[in-house]
Amino acid sequence: MITVLLFAQLQEDAGTDQLELNIDEINVRELKERLQSDYNLSKLDQVMVAVNEEYALDDDVIKKGDTVAIIPPVSGG
Amino acid sequence: MTQEFFQISDEPIQVDEIVKKVESRDAGAITTFIGTVREWTKGKRTLYLEYQAYKPMAIKMLTTIGKEIQTKWPNTEVAITHRVGRLDISDIAVVIAVSSPHRKAAYEANEYAIERIKQIVPIWKKEHWENGETWLGDQLENVPYPEGKPHIKE
Repeated sequence: MITVLLFAQLQEDAGTDQLELNIDEINVRELKERLQSDYNLSKLDQVMVAVNEEYALDDDVIKKGDTVAIIPPVSGG
Repeated sequence: MTQEFFQISDEPIQVDEIVKKVESRDAGAITTFIGTVREWTKGKRTLYLEYQAYKPMAIKMLTTIGKEIQTKWPNTEVAITHRVGRLDISDIAVVIAVSSPHRKAAYEANEYAIERIKQIVPIWKKEHWENGETWLGDQLENVPYPEGKPHIKE
């Protein structure tokens, strides 16, 4: 299982703040494509992705047990 | 111990508590930045705000900012607390305190901290306007997601 955390507008679009995906291994780009097609989340090319609380790149590999956060442009401060 | 210097809080922030964390006998200056909730933005009236954070990573990123500052401006101490949850007009959203032997570093490092918060710390602001609501999606606080989706500014 890979845990995917959603925030802000994406959380409202998906209707949940957390998804559990039955995947053993996937890279960041593929995960974004999967979320886009399966959960109707759009504009995922504009988000950052963190794997286990560290920012990750499109080619980085996500493994079973990892926690992935989809991070839309931030607006703190 | 570093963790306590960088916090995400759902309670009102007490400015003097943040300042106390950076007090030092070596310091000749302490600067504080207090970010507050603004009522009017370009003619639009905000009723209240809602901040959401990815808390463990936000604390990590605040800690990273503190380390960056101590590398760029040696002998500084940094403490940052960001609020989450519902905030009303004039409530304090963020407090940054920096102490340093001389004032210039304290001023510069403090400004650096707020700019970095707007770049890398996973915190999001939802504006509840007089006539609707929007998750803001850019560091300059002026570009909402037009279709309710993130937007990257060039």
